[in-house]
Amino acid sequence: MTTLTKQADPGLSAKAPRKSRKPGRPSDRFRGIGDLKIALFFIAPAMVGLILFYLVPTIRGIYLSFTEYSILGDPEWIETKNYERIAKDPLFWNALGVTGEYVVINIVLQTALALGLAILMHRVARSTLIRGALLMPYLMANVIAALLWFWMLDYQIGIINQIIEWTGLPRVAFFGSEQWAIPTQALINTWRHMGYTALLIFAGLQAIPSSVYEAASIDGSKAMTTFWRITLPLLRPVLVLVLVVTVIGSFQVFDTVAVTTAGGPVNATRVLQFYIYQRAFNEQDFGYGSALAVILFLILAIVAFIQMKFLRGNQSDLD
Amino acid sequence: MTTFTSRTSAGRRRPFSRPFSWRRAIALTLLGLAIAVSILPFYWVLRTALSTNGSLAANSANLLPADFNLGAFKRVFGLQSASEAIAEGGSGASINFWQYLWNSLLFSGITTACAVFFSSMAAYAFSRLRWKGRDAVFSLFLATMLVPPIFTALPNFLLIKNLGLLNSMLGLVLPYLFMTPFAIFFMRQFFLNMSREVEEAAMLDGAKHWRIFFQIIMPNAAAPIATLALLTFMGQWNEYFWPLLVGTSEESRVLTVGLGVFKSQSPQGAPDWSGLMAATLVSATPVLILFAIFGKRIVNSIGFNGTK
Repeated sequence: MTTLTKQADPGLSAKAPRKSRKPGRPSDRFRGIGDLKIALFFIAPAMVGLILFYLVPTIRGIYLSFTEYSILGDPEWIETKNYERIAKDPLFWNALGVTGEYVVINIVLQTALALGLAILMHRVARSTLIRGALLMPYLMANVIAALLWFWMLDYQIGIINQIIEWTGLPRVAFFGSEQWAIPTQALINTWRHMGYTALLIFAGLQAIPSSVYEAASIDGSKAMTTFWRITLPLLRPVLVLVLVVTVIGSFQVFDTVAVTTAGGPVNATRVLQFYIYQRAFNEQDFGYGSALAVILFLILAIVAFIQMKFLRGNQSDLD
Repeated sequence: MTTFTSRTSAGRRRPFSRPFSWRRAIALTLLGLAIAVSILPFYWVLRTALSTNGSLAANSANLLPADFNLGAFKRVFGLQSASEAIAEGGSGASINFWQYLWNSLLFSGITTACAVFFSSMAAYAFSRLRWKGRDAVFSLFLATMLVPPIFTALPNFLLIKNLGLLNSMLGLVLPYLFMTPFAIFFMRQFFLNMSREVEEAAMLDGAKHWRIFFQIIMPNAAAPIATLALLTFMGQWNEYFWPLLVGTSEESRVLTVGLGVFKSQSPQGAPDWSGLMAATLVSATPVLILFAIFGKRIVNSIGFNGTK
């Protein structure tokens, strides 16, 4: 019925499609259904990458976690035996605990230092040169940060232990003692990421309009009150982002541990990712390694979900 | 007009406008301390690299190089014989530096060029084209950012192994070649904000999407593309885990992995500190050069992360 009228009146047929679409986007007139074909052409390479190296491996990884697989033979389906083994594996629980300790030290230290630095930059010096200097460690490879500190923190002739000795304190076996190994790894990571995190927060600070501060100062708000009541709440989306990035990154610590302590002394730095690496690649136990990787994946997903949910990370109070 | 006023009011606030205040002095001191902690370790690396191992122990707190010499750098570049190295207190371990440097350059260069290009193409489809299911597919790409690299690394390793590509450059670069979710997200953000007018004029002239992409979109996005390429290159240069799994032969080993091997070659008790620090410094040099040239661009890209 409608087609008939359209055909009958050429004036109406020209108007009809324009009316059905939203006005104000003149480009719509030149676009049609044909875009899908072209779009497929444009996303084809990315799609190949997505399927081959993200989607299929994800499914295959989950499948392997239910198998016994040592590369040599074929994967053998053993149901949930790997997961039962994980539950009873003291090394796994140790790895989880050690990783947790590392994550907590990182969050606290990194966020506090970065927040302080960002505020300092925002208040007294915003030069690109200063920001660049703070960013330098972040641009170095983890391996380089690890080696650099491995040398500076050396028990015998490292400069840090020299300084500690001058102050009259006893030398610290940073990498060699079970007590210090994880905090040391966390300190290296904090050194590398402190400036980067500070710049993220700094960008957030710059987005807060000064009118908010002016209103607060007219109302007679003190500096500390302004910080707790205005700055911090308005920074929430950035702080959540920083927390998510820090926690997710920290759970996957590997490079520094692999280059410096390799899990030792005893099991003090055998973090989750290093443990997975050892099981899968050193012991060729791919099924068990995959199951461990699934657990790590789940932990990260849960952490990200909780953080976004409870801290309402994607909503800004500025709107 | 409105943008102008809002910018000036939101821009520079100077709470410390007085000529001197204790708070400002303390703030500057703390900031200076943070900068010192960030950059002084690099000096210490240089100082160690210019020392000889034999003298390091006796002068461990001397701020200047102990027994200044270039032996460590010669060792890294393969210009020193093993006996000379041992005479200087080195371990005699060697690092196939030029080979690793070439591998690192290939690995980072190839993956950066391909991933940035293909990701830009995809970003074009996700921002300038209208098609059914676009947002759903885009979310799928974004969701992959949540998958931890180690999780995909295990099956990817098996795939590369089954393809017989272990210890080859192709095996190293393949997983990074087609896209990174971040690159697509990054480019899409810029394409979304580009004006449609020139594009439409070209459309009226009968230009096809392929030409629009190459002659209008890409040239206009040169700055973000350069930034993305820079960030990707540095990230790839510093990559360790995947090259550790796949590139273990001398022919396919990259610098980060080579450094780890060089370090572990030192017999326990007497590491070749000056050699190790020289190698570290030389490995970081490309990034330091890029930073010296494009520092401002890199620094300013940090604010970008989806947070307006």
